[in-house]
Amino acid sequence: MINFMLLVSRQGKVRLTKWFNSNWTTKERSKIVKEVSSLVLSRRTKMCNVIEYKELKIVYRRYASLFFIAGIDANDNELICLEVIHRYVEILDRYFGNVCELDLIFNFNKAYYILDELLIAGELQEPSKKAVLRVITQQDSLAEGEEYSTQ
Amino acid sequence: MDTSVQLKQIQSFVNKLGVMRLKDLIKAVRNCKTAADERAVIAKESAFIRTQFKEENNDTRHINVSKLLYIFMLGYPAHFGQIECLKLVASNKFSDKRLGYLGIMLLLDENQEVLTLVTNSLKNDLNHSNMFNVGLALCTLGNISSVEMARDLSSEVEKLLGNSNTYIRKKAALCALRIIRKVPDLLDNYVIRANKLLNEEKNHAILLTGTTLLIEMCQLSKNVLNDTRKNVPRLVRILRNLVNNNYSAEHDVNGVSDPFLQVQILRLLRLLGHNNVEASDLMNDVLAQVATNTDNAKNVGNSILYETVLTIMNIESEKSLQVMAINILGRFLSNRDNNIKYVALTTLCQVASILTDSSSLQRHSSTIIDCIKDTDISIRKRAIDLAFILMNRQNIRVLARELLVSLETTTNEEKSKISRRLCECANRYKPNKRWEIDTVCRVLKIAGGHVEQDVINNFIRLISTSSTELQQYATSKLYNILNKKNDTVESQEGLQLATIWCIGEYCDLLLQSPLDDSLAINDEDETNNSSTEIPSETEVIDLLERLIEGSHVTNKIRQYILIALVKLTNKLSSNCRDRNNSIIAKYKTNINLEIQQRAVEFSSLNNLNDDIRSVVLDRMPALENTKEKKSSSSSSNVS
Repeated sequence: MINFMLLVSRQGKVRLTKWFNSNWTTKERSKIVKEVSSLVLSRRTKMCNVIEYKELKIVYRRYASLFFIAGIDANDNELICLEVIHRYVEILDRYFGNVCELDLIFNFNKAYYILDELLIAGELQEPSKKAVLRVITQQDSLAEGEEYSTQ
Repeated sequence: MDTSVQLKQIQSFVNKLGVMRLKDLIKAVRNCKTAADERAVIAKESAFIRTQFKEENNDTRHINVSKLLYIFMLGYPAHFGQIECLKLVASNKFSDKRLGYLGIMLLLDENQEVLTLVTNSLKNDLNHSNMFNVGLALCTLGNISSVEMARDLSSEVEKLLGNSNTYIRKKAALCALRIIRKVPDLLDNYVIRANKLLNEEKNHAILLTGTTLLIEMCQLSKNVLNDTRKNVPRLVRILRNLVNNNYSAEHDVNGVSDPFLQVQILRLLRLLGHNNVEASDLMNDVLAQVATNTDNAKNVGNSILYETVLTIMNIESEKSLQVMAINILGRFLSNRDNNIKYVALTTLCQVASILTDSSSLQRHSSTIIDCIKDTDISIRKRAIDLAFILMNRQNIRVLARELLVSLETTTNEEKSKISRRLCECANRYKPNKRWEIDTVCRVLKIAGGHVEQDVINNFIRLISTSSTELQQYATSKLYNILNKKNDTVESQEGLQLATIWCIGEYCDLLLQSPLDDSLAINDEDETNNSSTEIPSETEVIDLLERLIEGSHVTNKIRQYILIALVKLTNKLSSNCRDRNNSIIAKYKTNINLEIQQRAVEFSSLNNLNDDIRSVVLDRMPALENTKEKKSSSSSSNVS
C-alpha cells in the first residue's frame, strides 16, 4: 500500500501531503517529510527512482519543478507505483490544462480532491483517467451550483 | 424574491467583507521576502481566523477553513480548526462538506479524540441519497478510520458493498480494506460480498478494488485463502483477456491493457498458488503467456513482468517457467534503466534463497560486481546484499576485493554491517587462513572504527589458533600498517586493538626474521610491500607509547596497551622493561578506575619472583571456539 504521498518543489517547499496510515504522530510526520524531501532532492537525475527509507521504499519522479513522492511498503511493486504517480500527474494535467506548480499552489484543495478519487486507504480505486475526471467535474458543478443558487 | 431572503444574502455579503480571500493570502505569503515576514503574515491571519471562529460566523467559515488548511500545509499549527471542519461537514451544502472532510483528513488522525465526533456525520452521509456525499464519507473513513470507527460503521460499509452504484461499490471495497486492517475480526462479514465483486468482469474499477480487498483478506485469514482458490479459474480468465489485448482506450497504458489490474491479479494469484500444486497448475499457462507477450520496452510492461516473476518464483510452478523467470531477471539486470536494474537486484535477493541451483545466477556475477561500484546507494546496497548471498568458495576472492573497495566509500552505518558480513563470509569460504587474515586486516584498516567488538574477538581467535608462522606474519603486517603514522588508519579503533593485542602476545615473533619467507611474497595488500623491516625493541615500545598518548586513544585502547606493555616485560631486555614499567606507572593515578586498577596491579607484578611472573605473563593458550563470548576482553583472562 501507499503509506503517504508528497508533492515537494525543487526548493524543498511542500505542496501536498497525504497520509494513509496512522503510524506516526504529527511531529513524526513532519520529520519524515523533511528527511524524505532532502533524500529525494539530493538524488541525481540518472539514479533510480527508489530509495530505501526505514522499513519503507520511497518511489519518486520529477515532473518539471515538482517531485511526486510516494512511500510504499517494502514488498510493493515499485514500477507500478511509478505508473500510479504518472496517472495522477496525467489527470492533474488534463484537469488544469497543462498543469504547472502555480496551479497546484492556488488550487491545492483541488489537488487533494483529485487524489481522493484516485486512491483510498493507500490503494488505487480507479484505473480509468476518464472516470476520475468525470466524477471530479460532476462534483465541481454540484458545488458551483450551490454558489449560484444562494447568490 | 422574498425580502427576508434578500436581506439574508446582503447580510452574508457584508459578513464576508473584510475577510481576506484564500487567493490573497497565498499571494501575500508568496510575496514574503524572508521567513520572518512569512511568520508575521501567518501569525496575523491565524489570529484573525481564530477570532472569526469564536464569533461562530457561518458565512465565512468556508473561506477561513480553506485558508487554515493552506497555513497547515506550510507547517504551522492549525489544530484549532478541527471543530470548524466538523461544523462544515454537518452543513447541507456539498461544497462545505467537501472542504470539511478534506480538513478532517488533514488535521485529524485516528489518535485524536475529536475523531469520535466525526462518526455521526459519517453515518449520516453513508446513508445519504447523493452518491457524492456517500463517496466523501467512504473516502474519509477509508483514509483515517480508527478501530472504534471501524467497529461502529462496519455494517454501513457492508451494506454499501452491495449498492447498485459502482462508484459507491468500489469505494466501499477499499473502505472495507481499511476496516479489516484495523479490526481483523470483522473480516468474516465481508467475505461473500468481496468474492462477488469478481463476478463483475466488465468493470475494471470493481475488479481492481475487489482483488485488492481479497489480497488483504487472504493475508489475514487461512480460511479465506482456501475459500478464494475456487476463484482461480476466473482470475486466470480475466488476466488472459487482458493479455490478449481486448483493446479498450479507457484502460490502455502505453499499449498495455490495464496494468494496474494485471499486477493486482498476479499478486492475488501468487498468494493462492503458494504451496498449492492444484492452484499453481491452473496458472502455469497464463503466467507463461504474460511472460512472453508483455512488451518490455517501457516501464509499464516491466512492472507486469516483475510481478509475474515474483509469482512464478513463489508458487509451485513448472521448471521451464522458472527458467523463463530467471531469464527475465537476467535481462532486467543488463537493462540500462536504473529502476529496472534496482528491481532485478532486489528480486534476485529474494529468489536466490528459493533457487536450489544458483549457477544460473552466477552467470550474472560480473554485472552484479559493476553494480557494487554504482554511485547510486539504492543500487549499491542491493548489489552488496546479493553479492553476499551468491558468495562461495569459488568467487570469494573476486567478490571480496570489490566489497572492500565499496567499503571505503559507503556510509558509517553500512560499514559496520558490511564488515561483519564480510568477516563472516571470509571465515566460511576462505581459500586459506593466510587469505582470511589478509582480508580481515584490510577490513580493520578501512572500517576498524565501525566494527563491533566480536569482529575483533573473532580475528584475535583466528590468529591465536593459527600456526606460529602465520602469527608472526599477522603481527608484523599489523605492526607495519600502524607504524606508517597515517592518521586515518590510526583512527580505526578496531585496527589498533587487534594490533596491540598481537604485539603483546607475539612481540618475540615480531622481532625475529621471518620464519616462512613465502608468506610475505605474494601479499595482495599492496601497501605492505614497502616496509617489512624487522623492528627493534625500542621501536615497538615507541609505537605503543605514541598510541597511548595519541589523539585517537580511548579507554579500551589504553587498557589493551597496558596489558601489552606488561606482557612485553617478559620478553624484552631489562632496559626496555624499565621503560615499560615507567609508562605503566603513569596510569596508576588515572581517572578511569579500571585503568588505574590495572596499572597498580601490573606495577606490583614487579615484586613477584621472576618464575611466577613469567608464568603469569606467558603467552595465552590458543583460544577455542567455546570461549567465543568470554574472550571478549583479554584483560579478564590475564588478571
